[in-house]
Amino acid sequence: MRYVDEYRDAELGRALSHEILSAVEPGRHYKVMEVCGGHTHSIYKYGIDDLLPENVELVHGPGCPVCVIPMGRVDDGIAIAKQPGVIFTCFGDMLRVPGSSGTLLDAKAQGADVRMVYSPLDALRVARENPDRDVVFFAIGFETTAPSTALTLRRARAEGMTNFLCMCNHVTIVPPLRALLESPDLRLDGFIGPGHVCTVVGARPFEFIPVDYGKPLVVSGFEPLDVLQSVLMILRQIGEGRCSVENQYTRVVPYEGNLRALEVMAEVFELRPHFEWRGLGFISQSGLRLSEAYADFDAERRYSVPGVRVADPKACQCGEVLKGVIKPYECKVFGTACTPERPIGTCMVSSEGACAAYYNYGRITRERETV
Amino acid sequence: MTGQTVSEREQRVLGIIETARAKPPRFRDERITMAHGAGGKASSTLIEGLLLPAFANEALAPLADAGQLTVGGARMALTTDSFVVRPLRFPGGSIGELAVNGTVNDLAVSGARPLVLSLSLILEEGLTREVLEAEVQAIADAASAAGVQIIAGDTKVVERGHADGMYITTAGVGEVDERASLSPAALQPGDHVLVSGLIAEHGTAIMLARGDFELDAEIVSDTRSLWPAVDALMDASGPSLRCLRDATRGGAASVLNELARSARVGIVVREREVPVRPAVAAAAEILGIDPMYVANEGVLVAVVAPEGADAALQALRRAPGGEAAAEMGVVVGDPPGMVLVETAFGGRRVMDQLVGDPLPRIC
Repeated sequence: MRYVDEYRDAELGRALSHEILSAVEPGRHYKVMEVCGGHTHSIYKYGIDDLLPENVELVHGPGCPVCVIPMGRVDDGIAIAKQPGVIFTCFGDMLRVPGSSGTLLDAKAQGADVRMVYSPLDALRVARENPDRDVVFFAIGFETTAPSTALTLRRARAEGMTNFLCMCNHVTIVPPLRALLESPDLRLDGFIGPGHVCTVVGARPFEFIPVDYGKPLVVSGFEPLDVLQSVLMILRQIGEGRCSVENQYTRVVPYEGNLRALEVMAEVFELRPHFEWRGLGFISQSGLRLSEAYADFDAERRYSVPGVRVADPKACQCGEVLKGVIKPYECKVFGTACTPERPIGTCMVSSEGACAAYYNYGRITRERETV
Repeated sequence: MTGQTVSEREQRVLGIIETARAKPPRFRDERITMAHGAGGKASSTLIEGLLLPAFANEALAPLADAGQLTVGGARMALTTDSFVVRPLRFPGGSIGELAVNGTVNDLAVSGARPLVLSLSLILEEGLTREVLEAEVQAIADAASAAGVQIIAGDTKVVERGHADGMYITTAGVGEVDERASLSPAALQPGDHVLVSGLIAEHGTAIMLARGDFELDAEIVSDTRSLWPAVDALMDASGPSLRCLRDATRGGAASVLNELARSARVGIVVREREVPVRPAVAAAAEILGIDPMYVANEGVLVAVVAPEGADAALQALRRAPGGEAAAEMGVVVGDPPGMVLVETAFGGRRVMDQLVGDPLPRIC
């Protein structure tokens, strides 16, 4: 596959691996957090851990859009899905996220019309094809997917549609990162920046990380060579005593981001005063809802939802995993009570979730070089 | 915490997980969801947790593609399969053709020469004569190509809205071929793992035919009888054949996991050697699906002792649709019950059983 295979070249990978080895200070342990679930997925899919020395540890951050959805929001979604006449649409991973009494897939088996879509535009098409029914799109994701939801809503309004609704769970990446950096039990040496989010928001919003917290961040692409190169760039910054935002993903990410995407987001969304994150609790100004101009499309305004906050299951340590405090296998229920087929916590659901990625791909003993 | 204690704890957790995984799956779901039909873990709980215990007998217990029995001294194989594919026709085939080849292939990979089939048609009220006649012709043609006769059948009609046009069930009887003795229990470390052709073609063709993704590519289903390939394999390296599997629902990955689990061996797949057409790889890449989990309707996985592997590969390459046949992996002793992938990039990962359902109703 052209333009893809080039970034998966095994020989270049080995060369980068050697450079990383020589950039590591002997005896020092490095913890680098990849913020984005897309990176977590790549790291396991390609076995990138095998190409890193043992003292470079990758910590999986809070950037899996499915994993951060709290149980209460799933319950609200199920309540809407069960309303008569509603067609409820969402991405495939979301179907298996447990609420307090079952998943959307269970609701579907009980008769709710729940359909998997690959894009909000698919949901809009379903709405066009079913003019006498309300079609609700359960929107999730960071700034990566928010613009496509926004454009879809803009199109729905332009077409004068009244049966297309959005239950908005979009979130923004900077507030949880700040919350993480404030948390006392965190020890990280640097960040692999979320390349997809940065295509929209640019690299600028992350300047506070080196400035306020003294940690380097390298905006990274998602192919295995991208990830290795970003690790190397972080290690070099540390080795040279530097600390700044660098952009490894220049082929896609402009420093200022995508202004047109930001513009449509500003038109369609507004910040919620606070939003609950799975395992991280309420974080101020971290979630998006539909703006007044789009109030007619807001599913939460048309349908009443329980809106009850459901505490995470006691045994579940998703929060600590999301914060990078513990590795997935250090969770008390990992791999026994909590497995991808019967997840307790959301980190075990999506292929981008730290626990599911480790369970599905990473569950092997690795022999690596120690420096 | 030092690196050492982390890896000790990781090691212990890995052990706990493997113990949990080795336990027979229990069927605990309150209702059937689409995942139970996907050929992955949920399907295993349904089959091994509910059906197998209810019907416990020696012929069923190995959960092979066909059950075996002796009739008047002759070793026979019996299998059955239902087809609920949507759409009924897709590039490279149709439900009628699948219904014949699917059952023929279950017999073939059990080492049995397919002889006869039965055919049950469940037809939806309103189905047009044109569509029905086309499928009946497809069934007749596929049966003739596979050298089997349809000697029994049944028809039912259900109300509009109940059967997506038509559902088909076939059952087949075959005669077990004496040239090989196949069983997953025969797998030994060092055995070679072969695949009979390009993978993921059927599932991808159906996915694109549904038109949900607005992707266009000339990908056609690989539906075909596998008996010629099995026949050639038995001629070339009969005694060294350990086991054959039809990589349908759940793809090659699910078949390898079943083999690793039932033989208590490990299997290492070399990703670089797995034959995938570039267009299929590209579609899978865009949709975020691993081709190893995508269904095939004319691909088998063969495990062969080292001494017979070369001859087996040559035989597969000469069989219809087998030009791309490849040796894609090896059986290892450790870790037992697991399938590992050596990625083309140079790392390693686990390739587990499928969870969830990337694409329902493909066969």
